[in-house]
Amino acid sequence: MATPVKVHGPPLSTAVSRVLACLIEKDVPFQLIPVNMAKGEHKSPDFLKIQPFGQVPAFQDEATSLFESRAICRYICEKYPEKGNKGLYGTNPLAKASIDQWVEAEGQSFNPPSSVLVFQLAFAPRMKLKQDPSLISQNEAKLEKVLDVYDKRLGESRFLAGDDFSLADLSHLPNAHYLVNAAERGELFTSKKNVERWWGEISSRDSWKKVVDMQKQAT
Amino acid sequence: MGPKGEKKTAAALFYKLKRPSTLQHSQPTSTTMVVKVYGPVFASPKRVLVCLVEKEIEFEGVPLDLLKGEHKDPEFLKLQPFGTVPVTQDGDYVLYESRAIMRYYAEKYKSQGTDLLGKTVEERGQVENWLEVEAHNFDPHVFNLTLHVMFSSKLGIPRDENVIKESEEKLSRVLDIYEERLSKSKYLAGDFFSLADLSHLPFTQYLVGPIGKEYMITSRKHVNAWWNDISSRPSWQKVQQLYPAPL
Repeated sequence: MATPVKVHGPPLSTAVSRVLACLIEKDVPFQLIPVNMAKGEHKSPDFLKIQPFGQVPAFQDEATSLFESRAICRYICEKYPEKGNKGLYGTNPLAKASIDQWVEAEGQSFNPPSSVLVFQLAFAPRMKLKQDPSLISQNEAKLEKVLDVYDKRLGESRFLAGDDFSLADLSHLPNAHYLVNAAERGELFTSKKNVERWWGEISSRDSWKKVVDMQKQAT
Repeated sequence: MGPKGEKKTAAALFYKLKRPSTLQHSQPTSTTMVVKVYGPVFASPKRVLVCLVEKEIEFEGVPLDLLKGEHKDPEFLKLQPFGTVPVTQDGDYVLYESRAIMRYYAEKYKSQGTDLLGKTVEERGQVENWLEVEAHNFDPHVFNLTLHVMFSSKLGIPRDENVIKESEEKLSRVLDIYEERLSKSKYLAGDFFSLADLSHLPFTQYLVGPIGKEYMITSRKHVNAWWNDISSRPSWQKVQQLYPAPL
């Protein structure tokens, strides 16, 4: 029986939860090692050895040490192709390319504005930090435009990269979850017919429900 | 390989090419094996061009003038709904996002040309790790510098000195981490050149050239050695010759 892989970071972190969702989809046993960011543990010399940018998550298995959530997800899929959801990263090169394209779209177009909104609307108040209204409205406008593109795509395709749930959809779960459930921005998703349908499907997956449970237990 | 003799505008090509509605999922037709790359003079498409040269894949640049707003043309948005470059067209098969395109061709032609993905799953993991670092920690800051220092007047947007200053500070901290990494490892993912290093070429060339911040590279011994190594690769020399930067 292989040693469980290690994920370092708090489950409340969007990037950490991206990796957790992937591990659960792939049925890969893991050990979650807490990192107390309020106490600055992510900037400690020991942590910087495994993640020199001082960000979460960091990942270790017997063979290697990695960081960057989307890289970790790809590695998990490539290392364990036969486990869990076998199609998560595609089962042929064209499917995989389409998934990579939409993971990139998430990283380059969806993540920047949604991250700002998640921080401003969900985290800043809890951390008693001042919100920036112009930053909020700018990024809401950006995200609306991105979701317009998504709505068109999802009118032609059940999931972003094709007919099956993939890493591309999974990659969106963490930020979207907070926007809907902790930032009162559910309307961004419900006001667009196809995006609403897609969000309903991907957020009700068992794997994501398990991650949300882990987040609830951590608070 | 290289551009055809006649100059083709993007618009002319749109009307020439037949495009089925489910273009994304068409099979690539390998009869001609010439990959069309839109916007070849710009930085992000150059990642793809270098990759194709390294992999010995024939390509053809399709001009698209971002400075004239051609990327917002409705016909182009049908190919790339986010309105950015590059887009590649391989027969009827369309793909966008430079790092997705690179991964596809590097993997499809793994046994041809330079191996850009490492030899094992673990090495591939390191390539993915540092490619994501480039995308999320390096690119945003150097992109801001590119936008404000090089292109602001051309695009009619105000040059923001605060953004320039902040971006340089953030990039500086990132390069300190690169310096540490490259003191232990010849290339970013390990002792082999990979997509992770390649992805840095176009915007770093802007940084040391028209952006005027070469000192950020030359003041760091290992980053400097790494930059000299990767930027002197024949593939990068070739791409710059074929498609000189717009500024």
